[in-house]
Amino acid sequence: MTLASPNPSAVATRDLRKRFGANEVLKGISLDAHEGDVISILGASGSGKSTLLRCINLLEIPDEGEIVVGGETIALRIGRGGRREPVERAQVDRIRMQVAMVFQNFNLWSHMTVIENVIEAPVHVQKRPRADAIREAEALLDKVGIADKRNAYPAHLSGGQQQRAAIARALAMHPRVMLFDEPTSALDPELVGEVLRVMRTLAAEGRTMLVVTHEMGFAREVSNRVIFLNQGVIEEEGRPADLFAAPKTERLRQFLSSHLKA
Amino acid sequence: MIDYTELMGFGPRGWGLLMVQATLMTVAVSASAFALGSLLGALVAWARIEGNRLVRIGADAYTTVLRGIPDLLVIYLLYFGGSEALTALAHLLGAKGFVGVNSFAAGAIAVGIISGAYQGEIFRGAYQAIARGELEAARSVGMPRMLLFRRIIVPQALRFAIPGLGNVWQLALKESALISVVGLTEILRQAQVGAGSTRQPFAFFITAAVLYLLLSTVSGWGFRRAEVVGMRGVRRA
Amino acid sequence: MDFDFLRETVLLLLSGVPLSLNLAFFSILAGAVLAVLLALMRLSGNPVLDLPARAYVFVFRGTPLLVQIFLIYYGLGQFPEIRQSLLWPFLREPYWCALLALTLNTAAYSSEIIRGGILSVPFGQIEAARACGMSRWLIFRRITVPQGLRVALPAYGNEIILMTRSTALASVITLMEVTGIASKIIAETFRAVEVFVCAGAIYLILNFAISRGIAFLERRLSPQLREQGAHDHLPEPAR
Repeated sequence: MTLASPNPSAVATRDLRKRFGANEVLKGISLDAHEGDVISILGASGSGKSTLLRCINLLEIPDEGEIVVGGETIALRIGRGGRREPVERAQVDRIRMQVAMVFQNFNLWSHMTVIENVIEAPVHVQKRPRADAIREAEALLDKVGIADKRNAYPAHLSGGQQQRAAIARALAMHPRVMLFDEPTSALDPELVGEVLRVMRTLAAEGRTMLVVTHEMGFAREVSNRVIFLNQGVIEEEGRPADLFAAPKTERLRQFLSSHLKA
Repeated sequence: MIDYTELMGFGPRGWGLLMVQATLMTVAVSASAFALGSLLGALVAWARIEGNRLVRIGADAYTTVLRGIPDLLVIYLLYFGGSEALTALAHLLGAKGFVGVNSFAAGAIAVGIISGAYQGEIFRGAYQAIARGELEAARSVGMPRMLLFRRIIVPQALRFAIPGLGNVWQLALKESALISVVGLTEILRQAQVGAGSTRQPFAFFITAAVLYLLLSTVSGWGFRRAEVVGMRGVRRA
Repeated sequence: MDFDFLRETVLLLLSGVPLSLNLAFFSILAGAVLAVLLALMRLSGNPVLDLPARAYVFVFRGTPLLVQIFLIYYGLGQFPEIRQSLLWPFLREPYWCALLALTLNTAAYSSEIIRGGILSVPFGQIEAARACGMSRWLIFRRITVPQGLRVALPAYGNEIILMTRSTALASVITLMEVTGIASKIIAETFRAVEVFVCAGAIYLILNFAISRGIAFLERRLSPQLREQGAHDHLPEPAR
């Protein structure tokens, strides 16, 4: 642990390991994200960054290690067939309500309008009253800048607009932690800026965010902590200023030099 | 219920030989129908791709009508209608009585006409699947139209058509069972005869079902093999 | 052109339409229920459920409908156990036998269509739903079914038309739906061509009505595929 923070822990992992077949993608990852942290996760493709994120909300089940969200440990056990599985489905669903994910490919539900996408989870999973959810959804859509698109279908939106809608959808759940899995990688260069702008606003508000990204500018300027993953291990971790100005390992140095072409 | 193996075997009381002959008949009538369907299908596909407005409308109508009306009606039309026509012709030539159209012919033509409607769709789709760039490349080296058709279009279209044709063949096999109602001794008719004669309908119809399944499975293997051979060198999405 | 004959024939044939529609409608309905069950069995991933479902689909798609009809109508009656059972009053009637055969047959084809629809839902959207904490049942109900339905609808519409055609086979076991009446008229009058034209026209009109209905449903269910309306003053979406 490099940074002691007075804030409570929002999400933590202990010694996470994950294998896909013969390939061990995560080789013992321990990290601690406190409330208000904005952590950028960097690394080459195949380094395990996305897998780490997907373990946190259990879209992948880690083979070993613990995940703790808001102080609550996710209970796992060896199930039928020798694979690990959650002990209590209800706990998983509850945890997922607190951990919102923004995907690289947006994954908006194509048969619903934008506003229907945003209110879907609040109304049907969190059982909030529909009128309240709609009111809040409209405020969120305004905040991310697509209020006029509330009744449009995702197919009619640009990539940047879709991703902003996806962010609004994530915010609507009142999450404790937000996970961003390469949110701008699938966007045309001109559209990246509008999404990063929204993410900066969220960071400034004090949201807890874990962001897997290639956007070095965002990592350097907006996050308060950077983790460099290489081949399933945390190679370096610390303040952005430290890591970017003075990388300690050769691999991080190579990674930075190939990614900071500007 | 007498022993199944004796019933279907090749012994003196066994129906095995007759069922095998009936199976051959099924294959023969289905193959004839399929062949006719290929001819008609090619014509229809050409009409819808290259033809003028009138020809296209005709081809569309043919496809819509034959895919929309029950196959049984088409078989009745060709068998009874054909017999009517043949009888009228015979009377003109001085013969008396009723002349019946051969059930094999009527059935094969009926199923063939229906198959043509489906095969037309398949060929059209296969033609459209050929990369435009390849045709342009051929034209740009000065290949004349007939040669283009023979060397580029036909081989490629056939290749893409194989999966669809496999389906249409299975359809023809199953439709051949309907020809039993106009008296052709294929699998189902033979099963009916056997069932009536021995009062063992279940055994006979189960056997018929198994025979059709066998034909369909073997055909499936054959077409999948053809697909593998045909798709050599093509990069799939 | 013997218009009197044509008119009489058409009137006679029309009296068979209710039975044709009846057979089609109820077999499709019952078949759909069975098809959903079969599709779920195939999608369950559990071989105890998957294998029987696959066997069912294989057998019913690989054998002619007429054989299935004969097996049920003629074949089952052979067994004393069946003749003495509660089902006999039904199973000796051509109507119920035809209905049963049609139902079992369409279930096999429809289950593949439904399965295709369910599998077509982009996996990313399912993941997003899971990430929101939706239960498996909620995901199925709110995401999979609405989208799967839209994908399956054209193919299912085709199946409905095919089923309407297939009801003609019921005439072979003495049912007097349109084709049954048609074959009777042909046998009595030997005027096959005219009767064919009349009967064919009736089936074509039925099919046309059904196609229109399906197209209407497709348009209603897929607003996201429609072109943007005139009231949306929006720029072209990025490709």
